[in-house]
Amino acid sequence: MEYVNPEGLRLDGRRFNEMRQIVAEVGVVSKADGSAVFEMGNTKVIAAVYGPREIQNKSLQKKNDHALVLCEYSMAQFSTGDRRRQKFDRRSTELSLVIRQTMEACILTELLPHSQIDIFLQVLQADGGTRSACINAATLALADAGIPMRDLAVSCSAGYLNSTPLLDLNYVEDSAGGTDVTVGILPKLDKVTLLQMDAKLPMETFETVFALASEGCKAIAERIREVLQENTKQLEYRRAA
Amino acid sequence: MMRKLQLELPLNQTQKVRFERSMERLQLLSSTTNNSVIVADSINEDAFLLKGHGTSEVDGELLATVCGVVVHVDKLVYVRTLRAKYKPEVYDVVVGRVIEVSQSFWRVELNSTQDGVLKLSSTNMSDAVQKRKRSVDELNMRDIIVEDDVVCAEVGCIHRDGRLELKALSHKYGKLDNGELLKVDPYLVKKSMNHFHYLESLGIDLILGRNGFIWVGEHAQVKDPNQNTGNEKSYTPLETRQSILRIGNAIRVLSNLGFTMTLEVIMETVKLSNTDNIDVHDMLGSEFHVLVAENEAERRR
Repeated sequence: MEYVNPEGLRLDGRRFNEMRQIVAEVGVVSKADGSAVFEMGNTKVIAAVYGPREIQNKSLQKKNDHALVLCEYSMAQFSTGDRRRQKFDRRSTELSLVIRQTMEACILTELLPHSQIDIFLQVLQADGGTRSACINAATLALADAGIPMRDLAVSCSAGYLNSTPLLDLNYVEDSAGGTDVTVGILPKLDKVTLLQMDAKLPMETFETVFALASEGCKAIAERIREVLQENTKQLEYRRAA
Repeated sequence: MMRKLQLELPLNQTQKVRFERSMERLQLLSSTTNNSVIVADSINEDAFLLKGHGTSEVDGELLATVCGVVVHVDKLVYVRTLRAKYKPEVYDVVVGRVIEVSQSFWRVELNSTQDGVLKLSSTNMSDAVQKRKRSVDELNMRDIIVEDDVVCAEVGCIHRDGRLELKALSHKYGKLDNGELLKVDPYLVKKSMNHFHYLESLGIDLILGRNGFIWVGEHAQVKDPNQNTGNEKSYTPLETRQSILRIGNAIRVLSNLGFTMTLEVIMETVKLSNTDNIDVHDMLGSEFHVLVAENEAERRR
């Protein structure tokens, strides 16, 4: 099947280095301390952060003077084409762990000893790139909750199909059997916090795909920064007396 | 507490226009929006400044770790957060809900990083003289305060690991009855000289807890410790109850719009609802929200 036609257009009309449309919103779950909705094309994810609050289960506390970060990733049963049978399967457990590690590296946990931060991620619509959308949504929600962070963790994926590196794969392109590289970076500090890949790639190709994904991350970071700046300004001028 | 006003409340076209206009005026009146920063923004600094909360130094550059407003006080620079958990300070007046009765202390939920601990020895019981607490008192703790009760206390001391101890030593602190507890964001309650307000004309107590928990209730008479206080449930008159709800709804509307809570603003909102003859339950509707926004834009001018 042709994923990139001779003119360089993909199945949905994008070029190889074009991302899908991003919609981001903060403060959508009123009961949570911080929350956000993040959409990348058709992939839609909602994140809710509760914390820092008193630790509920003391047996989980490993490091005494650091906050405990818990993360739960789940896909709604209506999120994929066929209704999913189980809400929590092995993939959800793996993604919960991966996202938890990414966010934990970014939160300044030593400033919040003896407390717990809960991050709940729910995929409402899955069309490829759900883990990236989850990390971006979690970053927005954590910033909304006022939890101190080193930097904004942003994530994007890229793949390699028809001998072309492609940015931000959707579900059809992802299931084509080519590689999918997910990258998570801290843009200001210029550090990589997440790097996952399935299938195989030669080294030079990997470097091109990785560079493309990093560029995508930087574009997402700009968008996230705009949303947070607008939100902060709005809260401040409403409050100021 | 809802912040996405446009999502939750249906505003018709005229209401939208009025609301946007009021927001624009508020924006023009505000002076601090140029200092707002978000996570990982760099902050302009001189070499002499002390780096306070919300900042971190990375490779010689000062970065913000939270979203908020940069504040310079003398030689200190810090970032004041907006939506964050309550950060306790000693002598702050707080209101909380009891979640656990333990041996010799109560655990109180305070909307902070950790729950507050109210020790039995830090409370004043019915006796006028502070007597030494015996084991009998420990067993009778449930007679004073039980789970789900609302208490008012003062922050006593904050340990190095963040553990918070509360004190309820004077008569104005302690269990709160016959009223409503409202939860707002802590940044909307500023530190002031007096957090206890007695509204004489309505017979209502209003306590603005620094942790964002606000108590509106029937005025509690300071009990004479020598008298025997019977255990009869007192009946709150209908008018008082309606006033409590009106004030409660005013606080909810102000919290939804994100305006700072002070006694003046709350009472003005209540007066606005009374003059326009708005029903108590209509106060949470779109029209009243828009009215309050317009009123605030006028007030701040």
